[in-house]
Amino acid sequence: MSKRAERMDMGEERAIQPRQQQERVMDTGFFWVTRIFAFAIAGILVWIAIQMARDAMPAVQAFGLNFFASSSWNPVRDQYGVWPMIYGTLVSSALGLLFAVPLGVGTAIFLSENFLPKSVQTVLVFMVELLAAIPSVVYGLWGIFVLIPFLQPIGIFLHKTLGFLPIFSTSPVGPGMLPAGIILTIMILPIITAISRDSLASLPPELRQASLGLGATRWETIIRILIPAAFSGIVGGIMLGLGRAMGETMAVTMIIGNSNDLKFSLLAPANTIASLLANQFAEASGLQISALMYAGLVLFLLTLVVNICAELIVRKVKKF
Amino acid sequence: MRNYKTPRSLFVWVMTLLSGACLVITLIPLFAVMIYVTIKGFNRLNLDLFTQLPPSAGMQGGGIANAIAGTLIMVGIAAAISVPIGVFGAVYLSEFSSVQVARWIRFATNVLSGVPSIIVGIFAYGIIVLTTKQFSAFAGGVALSVLMLPIVVRTTDEALQIVPPDVRWASVGVGASNYQTVLRVVLPAALPAIITGLTLAIARAAGETAPLIFTALFTFFWPQGLFEPAPSLAVLVYNFASVPYASQQELAWAASLILVLLVLLTSILARWATRKSIY
Repeated sequence: MSKRAERMDMGEERAIQPRQQQERVMDTGFFWVTRIFAFAIAGILVWIAIQMARDAMPAVQAFGLNFFASSSWNPVRDQYGVWPMIYGTLVSSALGLLFAVPLGVGTAIFLSENFLPKSVQTVLVFMVELLAAIPSVVYGLWGIFVLIPFLQPIGIFLHKTLGFLPIFSTSPVGPGMLPAGIILTIMILPIITAISRDSLASLPPELRQASLGLGATRWETIIRILIPAAFSGIVGGIMLGLGRAMGETMAVTMIIGNSNDLKFSLLAPANTIASLLANQFAEASGLQISALMYAGLVLFLLTLVVNICAELIVRKVKKF
Repeated sequence: MRNYKTPRSLFVWVMTLLSGACLVITLIPLFAVMIYVTIKGFNRLNLDLFTQLPPSAGMQGGGIANAIAGTLIMVGIAAAISVPIGVFGAVYLSEFSSVQVARWIRFATNVLSGVPSIIVGIFAYGIIVLTTKQFSAFAGGVALSVLMLPIVVRTTDEALQIVPPDVRWASVGVGASNYQTVLRVVLPAALPAIITGLTLAIARAAGETAPLIFTALFTFFWPQGLFEPAPSLAVLVYNFASVPYASQQELAWAASLILVLLVLLTSILARWATRKSIY
């Protein structure tokens, strides 16, 4: 018998032979490489937290909770208080949400309830997504040269007519909380729209059919049935938007004015934690670095809480 | 016959118009940004832009060649770090892990994608700039890689899940081992979608600014090495936006135009590529 025939004879037996040693090593090796990488992804999140906490330690020890109560940020004297920036972060994000929530939910309804032919709808959804992909620094540039000059007369008008209200009490100088809030609106609109649209579109069609079958109009169905049913998804989207708004850096830094004084007027320059970091980190030294890390840690924890809540809500919805 | 003048029908019309108006208002900034960036950036879109260094303050002419090179280098470093970790990590999630573990890691990935980019910058500053005592292209690349990672993982994960299980069974059925099945059958099947996702991630990273302003810093010259400060398009836009010199402002607009075109092209390509699927 030739060697070849002999081998073919044994073929049946070889099929049930155990894998070769080398192949098994490769297999377990591959498995472990993917496993380590997968856990590394989650590990990075933990690493970021630990690293930031460690670098912030000197400032945490030096200022403790006073850091949140004090409102003077003075690197020359090594005095650091982050209250004006926390205030700025919260107010600018709230302003962003104020405009973005109605606009985003309205857009989501219009793009999910078949008011338009499918093909037009696809293009429009794509365009809304594109809004999220434009780099933040480009929005900042546009904000400086287009948005701020555009808002200037509106700000003057608000100050003249409603100047008795604390929020319009200063005459607009250009950069400030209001333009920053509007830029944030633009930047978080796509995420609120996308997630609200997803949760509306994933509702079971029976809901819609039942309501329409009972004689409700399209909008009665949307308002009384669909929005309540998709409510938690929409809230999740809004919270993700809030997380984005609090962490958004470049566009805000470029147009908020970066003033560390606390002012209630929306027309006055202000600051956020993210812009503080963007402005001071490159030139910081000594305790200032640590104080900035402390501020960064605060921002990290704030966005972490918001994002985790948002993620939990959005995930719960997906099961539906 | 339905009466279109009843309050109920009127309500339908008003609400439809209102929500349509929301869409129009939402899209206004997109067009406003696109149009302004095109108009302002177009004059400087010439050969000099891609070959010359930026002019010094108050001078005319010049280009942004060094920033383009710096961006390429840093995005390259970021891709070299995040692609293997992201792709193989996603392979574990979709092919090997238990449902519970996959859920946790996907959750962590989503949370990681929500971490503000400036925080990622601080992280890179803490682990690299503080230890090497040097602002560097490498630190910038590491920061960008952390930002790219969740996008890479998510797109790969989704791409792998679309590959039907039959393909895997067939492969295992003819005697292939796990790694052979994944590397020779499943990954190639998902490759177009994975590459599309990577391109999107790269375009996104190229536009990131916040993590670069204090990791890679900026220079007016060509990038000198991996452990030297490096210029980038995004930081150039930031720096030149606030200078009072017309020529540098024009360069900022031109660099913005390049970034916007990059995003636009990759998004359209991604759309087009994911339409055709193998299975």
